[in-house]
Amino acid sequence: MNAMSNGRFGIHGGQYIPETLMNAVIELEAAYNRYKNDPDFNRELTYLFNEYAGRPSRLYYAEKMTRDLGGAKIYLKREDLNHTGAHKINNVLGQALLAKKMGKTRLIAETGAGQHGVATATAAALMGMQCVVFMGEEDTKRQALNVYRMRLLGAEVVPVTTGTATLKDAVSEAMREWTRRIDDTHYCLGSVMGPHPFPTIVRDFQAVISREIKQQLMEKEGRLPDAVIACVGGGSNAIGSFYHFIPEKSVRLIGCEAAGRGVDTFETAATIATGRLGIFHGMKSYFCQDEYGQIAPVYSISAGLDYPGVGPEHAWLHDTGRAEYVPITDDEAVDAFEYLARTEGIIPAIESAHAVAYAQKLAPTMGKDQIVVITISGRGDKDCAAIARYRGEDIHE
Amino acid sequence: MSNIASAFASGKAFIPFITCGDPDLETTAACVRACVANGAGLIELGIPFSDPTAEGPVIQAANLRALTGGVTTDRIFGLVRDLRRDVAVPMVFMTYANVVFSYGVERFISTCRDIGIDGLILPDLPFEEKGEFLPLCRQYGVDLISLVAPTSADRIAMIAREAEGFLYIVSSLGVTGTRSEITTDLASIVKVVRANTSIPCAIGFGISTPEQAAKMASYSDGAIVGSAIIKLLAQYGKDAPEHVGAYVRTMTEALS
Repeated sequence: MNAMSNGRFGIHGGQYIPETLMNAVIELEAAYNRYKNDPDFNRELTYLFNEYAGRPSRLYYAEKMTRDLGGAKIYLKREDLNHTGAHKINNVLGQALLAKKMGKTRLIAETGAGQHGVATATAAALMGMQCVVFMGEEDTKRQALNVYRMRLLGAEVVPVTTGTATLKDAVSEAMREWTRRIDDTHYCLGSVMGPHPFPTIVRDFQAVISREIKQQLMEKEGRLPDAVIACVGGGSNAIGSFYHFIPEKSVRLIGCEAAGRGVDTFETAATIATGRLGIFHGMKSYFCQDEYGQIAPVYSISAGLDYPGVGPEHAWLHDTGRAEYVPITDDEAVDAFEYLARTEGIIPAIESAHAVAYAQKLAPTMGKDQIVVITISGRGDKDCAAIARYRGEDIHE
Repeated sequence: MSNIASAFASGKAFIPFITCGDPDLETTAACVRACVANGAGLIELGIPFSDPTAEGPVIQAANLRALTGGVTTDRIFGLVRDLRRDVAVPMVFMTYANVVFSYGVERFISTCRDIGIDGLILPDLPFEEKGEFLPLCRQYGVDLISLVAPTSADRIAMIAREAEGFLYIVSSLGVTGTRSEITTDLASIVKVVRANTSIPCAIGFGISTPEQAAKMASYSDGAIVGSAIIKLLAQYGKDAPEHVGAYVRTMTEALS
């Protein structure tokens, strides 16, 4: 099933960007089409995935959680065990390698929680490229440790003070920087969003997640899962977790959006639950916005899901009903964060905890012969101080 | 013939850009009238957007001031209706695709026609995506303005051939904002433009001084200035109109 033509997923996607960037994305698409099936490129990328990032990531049977919830058998796809601690490295290694083949010497990136920024800084260090990361000033405070990690890796971190000083403003500023300096610079976009070909490129590099889940579960259980659950901001770990299951109609695909303080409040980032069709950041998709199309200042405890839009392929999977999208509040995510830590000894990223929270609701309603896979997109060390504060405990990093 | 052509009929056009509602719509109206009284050939009216990705810090701040002041698309339509009672020069809207899309593309463009807006500039709507907007613009007689950039290269001819109203030539890489120097080979770009279209072309981005304006207009049919005017609005607020008028006078004199 591939509804994409000319960078579209159904009515979503496209290339809504300034003319200044058009030749850059055209050049990127041509390079990607040239290298995506190139055996040498894929050999190099697989080497980096396996030897550097530590792939394949484990598919772990969460026996205690399964027993505790008393329903479906639960497996955790451990993207948190990747080098740099999240799924972001998959996309970044692919894009950095592609940029290098294109002759680019400098990577720029946006980051929310800092995971994509750290991954980009890591790939830049590895491949000998310059790196500049744009991060909302608000997020530099929420994720101070990641700011330090990026600097340690040799990247320059630019705090973005415009707008809400969060992820969407970091994306805007990275796009502005790309229009300033194109020749030597690749914009290493961190999610399945932005103008074509980014949603496709990022999806393809993240699709390794579902390729591995399928193979690993076949080895362990001899069958497909009944549901795959992942958190959705822009939606890269979710699309990576879903992709190879899209043609398998028996597999429920469930994306968990950040509802913040609730979808009936203004302090939410649940785009599919509360947004409308719009055009922003290079794509047509669903966005949280007011009646005049002004993009809404969204909120979530999770800096990585704190984005007012969603990738165009998710918008299309929603339209066609192939995937379901559910909102998870801050409270539910924090409970799940603590639950997974206590039950399995695994501290998930607060982003991934949104997926865990939905699994806690879903698994008990399913049969013991059924299987749920939760993608743990990242590790939660970066979130510990913020969660402690959320619980009224003032700890310093 | 498009009404926009009249802006270029009697020589080089000076095109000021003003963000509507910065700091309020009364000031915007007074600034537009000051621009016209001092020889502006065409007025570019910005409808503010929460996340203007093609703008530098000066116009970003103007967008924020305007939205904080409570301006909306409907109130800006009201402003234009009021201006059209005495302002005859062509006026175009500059905004972002989502502002038009969210309002309803046909509803927005038909309203433009009703209130006397002659053209529409959407910096995040490149050639490849204009299909959803162009037929409606043609139906209602509103010119969809095309842009070419220093990186357009082999795209210039394609864009110029289908351009309407006037062609907006982006002088430099990057976002809007004043620049001390413009180094792009604009003469070569204009040469390709001229070979592919007979509509006028004007250069914008980075222009602030009369000397720069005169130089840009020597390559083309006009000069567009935004950030330099917005700086006056940031500095003088409600008292800006007379300063804007005086500034526009120095620019139009440099072009005459």
